[in-house]
Amino acid sequence: MRAIVSVIGKDTFGILAKVSAVCFENRANVVDVNQSILQDMFVMVMMLDISDKDCNFMHLRGDLETLSDQIGMQINIMHEDIFNSMHRI
Amino acid sequence: MLNLGDIMETIHMIQNENLDIRTITMGISLLDCCDSDIDASCKKVYDKILRKAGNLVRVGEDISQLYGIPIINKRVSVTPIAMLLAASGGDPVKYARVLDQAGKEIGVNFIGGYSALVHKGFSAGDLELIRSIPQALRETDQVCSSVNVGTTKAGINMDAVALMGQVITDAARYTADKNCIGPAKLVVFCNAPEDNPFMAGAFHGVGEPDCVLNVGVSGPGVVRAALSKYPDADLNRVADIIKKTAFKITRMGQLVGTEASKRLDVPFGIVDLSLAPTPAVGDSVAHILEEMGLEMCGTHGTTAALALLNDAVKKGGVMASSNVGGLSGAFIPVSEDAGMIAAAQSGVLSIEKLEAMTSVCSVGLDMIVVPGDTKPEVISAIIADEAAIGMVNTKTTAVRIIPAIGKDIGDSLEFGGLLGSGPVMRLNKNESPAKFIARGGRIPAPMQSLKN
Repeated sequence: MRAIVSVIGKDTFGILAKVSAVCFENRANVVDVNQSILQDMFVMVMMLDISDKDCNFMHLRGDLETLSDQIGMQINIMHEDIFNSMHRI
Repeated sequence: MLNLGDIMETIHMIQNENLDIRTITMGISLLDCCDSDIDASCKKVYDKILRKAGNLVRVGEDISQLYGIPIINKRVSVTPIAMLLAASGGDPVKYARVLDQAGKEIGVNFIGGYSALVHKGFSAGDLELIRSIPQALRETDQVCSSVNVGTTKAGINMDAVALMGQVITDAARYTADKNCIGPAKLVVFCNAPEDNPFMAGAFHGVGEPDCVLNVGVSGPGVVRAALSKYPDADLNRVADIIKKTAFKITRMGQLVGTEASKRLDVPFGIVDLSLAPTPAVGDSVAHILEEMGLEMCGTHGTTAALALLNDAVKKGGVMASSNVGGLSGAFIPVSEDAGMIAAAQSGVLSIEKLEAMTSVCSVGLDMIVVPGDTKPEVISAIIADEAAIGMVNTKTTAVRIIPAIGKDIGDSLEFGGLLGSGPVMRLNKNESPAKFIARGGRIPAPMQSLKN
């Protein structure tokens, strides 16, 4: 089972490190990262493997929301299936 | 890995363009709750709803968190209560109270099925239930009611049409202290679908399984935003853009429905391919029509633009879902659509134009506020006109009309929430249809019914 985390906002130091740390604490394995600057906004998309038995999706989601408030960036986590169903036939 | 652009598009649709799953609606058959004792019957109804739908709201919220997409409403539809009343007799409002109580207990937004199907005539329980509708809507908060008065196969039951004019008027009077909310929860149908997930017209048809899950998607804002990127495209291209967008929206409905049915261990019924607006800015069907090039919804050209929109939504959605059903089309509820409200207030959108629009789109005259002194026979005549469009065109049409007690042209009625607010619209008041309506009887089924 995989999930997509997207981080959008003004670029600052240590975003990748902070988001990765939350993933690590929640036993979610980062399998891919893609980041770029779109219209002056920092956009990072991470793919996580969340199939570990100790990984609790809702807990991870809560921690990312807390981080989102702390660093003032918009962080979303969504199950991979929503993107697959919308963009793949 | 997934394309970055695709990921951002999905997130943008949800966060900026009001994309959501409008409703997951569990249909529950109450046929096995029939009992000759109405109190025993009510107890069985309550127990069955709690047993089947007790987890519906929690599962809906879990799925919403997992996929990051809002699921706005969780609802229940049940077997038309007139059928239970046929067996039990007694005071029909007891069923309304028990539905309301069960709905509140499980935390759903609405519970539909205080209904009767009388397109060819009244059977036991039907008349009693219909006459009790105003009282039932006064006493309850969540119960929605519907009456099917016609079908292409059976024609139109004009006795029922005449009765519904009075029932709607009474429902408005009974709830005059609550902004006449009663008739906003009452739909009069022709060709009512049995698997409709949208309120107020949802009920669980007799041909349906014991329990089923249906999903209604939304997304007018997404369609409008997609069109706004191509201001000069010709209409072939416009239809193509709408189809592609509808496909994406519907796939999400299919995903959510499949997951919810798995978690609830209930068969997945259908996805209803409807563009359902809300009063929120950026969530309007009227604004899609205006994006196509109409200065204001309701002007000449509106019917053609709506026909294109409705058809393209279906073509895009039908491939995205394993089973499509319900109403499936663009909704045009006046009070629930910011663009429609503005068009009605400015006088560009009239009830006659809305009637024409209903011949090419889903549903019918929906959430239309009329003067409080409108005579019941005028409301009946409006229902008859709309039912005739549905009957002849082999499509669903409906009337949800609200007489605003104590108000007239220039006033408006505020419902709040998803029901929005509606300006009082002008009707033809001087020439009465009373004699036509009073004749009663049945308008025979049209030639279109003889397909065998």
